[in-house]
Amino acid sequence: MTRSVLRGLRAAALTGTLVLASGAAFAEGAIKLGVLEDQSGDFAAATIGKVHAIQLAAEEINKAGGIGGRQLELVIYDTQSDNTRYQEFMRRVLQRDKVDVVFAGFSSASREAYRPIVDQLNGFAFYNNQYEGGVCDGHMIVTGAVPEQQFSTLIPYMMEKYGKNVYTLAADYNFGQISAEWVRKIVKEAGGKMAGEEFIPLGVSQFSQSIQSIQKAKPDFVVTLLVGTAQASYYEQAASANVNLPMASSVNVGQGYEHKRFKPPSLKDMFVTTNYIEEIDSPGSKAFLAKFKAKFPNEPYVNQEAENSYLAVYLYKQMVERAKSTKRDEIRKVIAMGDVCMDAPEGKVCIDPKSQHMSHTIYLAKVGADHSISFPKVWEDIKPYWLGEAGCDLTKKDPMAQYTPSNPPPKP
Amino acid sequence: MDIATLLFSALYQFGDAFAFLVLSACGLAVIFGMMGVINLAHGEFIMCGAYVTASTAHAGLPLPLAILAGTLVSALVGVLVELVVIRHLYERPLDTIVATWGLSLIATQGTLIMVGSTMAGVGTPFGSFQVGAYSYSIYRIVLFCAALGVLAGLYALFNWTRFGVLARATIQVPHMAAALGVDTRLIYSLTFACGAGLAGLAGGLYAPTMTLVPTMGATFIMEAFVTVVIGGADVFLGTAPAGVVLAVIKSVMTSWQGQLFGQIGLLIAVIIVVRVLPKGISGFVLRERT
Repeated sequence: MTRSVLRGLRAAALTGTLVLASGAAFAEGAIKLGVLEDQSGDFAAATIGKVHAIQLAAEEINKAGGIGGRQLELVIYDTQSDNTRYQEFMRRVLQRDKVDVVFAGFSSASREAYRPIVDQLNGFAFYNNQYEGGVCDGHMIVTGAVPEQQFSTLIPYMMEKYGKNVYTLAADYNFGQISAEWVRKIVKEAGGKMAGEEFIPLGVSQFSQSIQSIQKAKPDFVVTLLVGTAQASYYEQAASANVNLPMASSVNVGQGYEHKRFKPPSLKDMFVTTNYIEEIDSPGSKAFLAKFKAKFPNEPYVNQEAENSYLAVYLYKQMVERAKSTKRDEIRKVIAMGDVCMDAPEGKVCIDPKSQHMSHTIYLAKVGADHSISFPKVWEDIKPYWLGEAGCDLTKKDPMAQYTPSNPPPKP
Repeated sequence: MDIATLLFSALYQFGDAFAFLVLSACGLAVIFGMMGVINLAHGEFIMCGAYVTASTAHAGLPLPLAILAGTLVSALVGVLVELVVIRHLYERPLDTIVATWGLSLIATQGTLIMVGSTMAGVGTPFGSFQVGAYSYSIYRIVLFCAALGVLAGLYALFNWTRFGVLARATIQVPHMAAALGVDTRLIYSLTFACGAGLAGLAGGLYAPTMTLVPTMGATFIMEAFVTVVIGGADVFLGTAPAGVVLAVIKSVMTSWQGQLFGQIGLLIAVIIVVRVLPKGISGFVLRERT
């Protein structure tokens, strides 16, 4: 009895505050944004910044009057670099917290763990991370870069500069396997040859044998698709064994800021294609970095996923304001117009209606012997073309599936 | 490619795997073999050693001294943990598993909150050398020598010193040792500190070659436990031969089919050994302690 009375009182108090808070604006209350990111565990180093970026964007938006007059409220959970946590918390934010949208996920294994739940519970999620590409799912918006943006720029550049023998060292899970498939495809198309490939289980930290296999294969450069902090030990060990080969990557530096964490020159001649890192010398990037450091002075590094997360909040704001609704179907009607674009810290970005992925400015970052970053090349407005060309068209049909070059969408 | 190059490369890979297995496992083996305590916070003692080594090295201490500092601090933390937690659980070996597991969670998350998600590395010293077509890191040879040194040191400590005799007496028949005037509590404390210090040493030695993050201890854990499970009761006659056998399996499998098969090889070896020598960890502990 007393409990139900208490609950009634609490509900009354809650509605009271809500009425007070919303004031003269909409009567609907706050827009709830769920944030599921790894704030502890093996991936934490690369992902704490994503949470901070979302907090920064939310604070700015709320100060400037919210989204269409409604405040943005964050519901944040720490997913602990653990796939089962993603499933648990995804159910919780969608069913109990009833959020309007979820920003979730770093590793592709986590994304594939929660994606069926988003589909099943009819949720709406942003995956603000670079990944191996191919997710054709109307419930998802991907703001990170994909292989056709990162590898179709990087691999031909490296082959032209260093030679055509390529060795891939990749993390042994869906991200590494599918990215390696992309590397194979692009190397073949550009007339090169794979000198070798090795897949490393997540959590492995000792690389003596892998280093020797690389030396045996004598490649011209090594594509490193290593993920997680344990695997990052490779660079230090390869440098101390004097492997001395140029490296190419879509994940290093831009995510795990290895050039800041390791002593020079272990990352010398590492080439990375990324859509953002804090060293980018443009007014937009500098302003973003200054705002970030003002709010989070102890942030070790502002990486590409932090920028993806930051711009995603603004994209969401734009779409909700244009749709005048937080309903996914209404928002997707706005996306289908094909003109959802914004000026992000990296430059102009747009959402591709067919795949719900983003176009990006791709920066080629080169790590010098003293671990300083230079940008030998910049590609503007690189589109996430592969899914659309392969036959994924979310404006017409939503297969809720992930495709790869060897497993493309079925032809209509 | 000539025979000498191949032979050296095989030896180097063996030594590298051996060093990693033995150094990861020694601390765990001492605490488990001598005290019957399964220390699930072993990885966090390794992390503690690595963090202290890296931060003292950043502060300007030469690397060998920094590693020594890492070892000593881990040993001190070991004394503290023994006093506060382990001491009260000697008669309950299964409870120590839960308690040390809890400690490891607290240590990992505490480090993340207080020190941050990563720490800058210190860089591997000594450079490299060339044999045939391959170049090798000199520091890896140092690690191999350190592993041999640790085994020899442990043997000497427990067989040739007064502490060693008292420790073995305390382990064999605790109340008899106590009746003869041995301070058994002190002996347990020191043994635990020794194990924790060895974990710290492993962390310190590997700190220059690895990513320094709060979860780094976890990358040592599988190898450490596999070695201790296979090695079994006797620290010296167990850990060293287990290190040799597993290093051969791991280096051969890894060079044949890659890292994944190296790990599969280790785990299959454990399954076979546990099956053939039917003394699972807990069964073994309970029999030994009662």
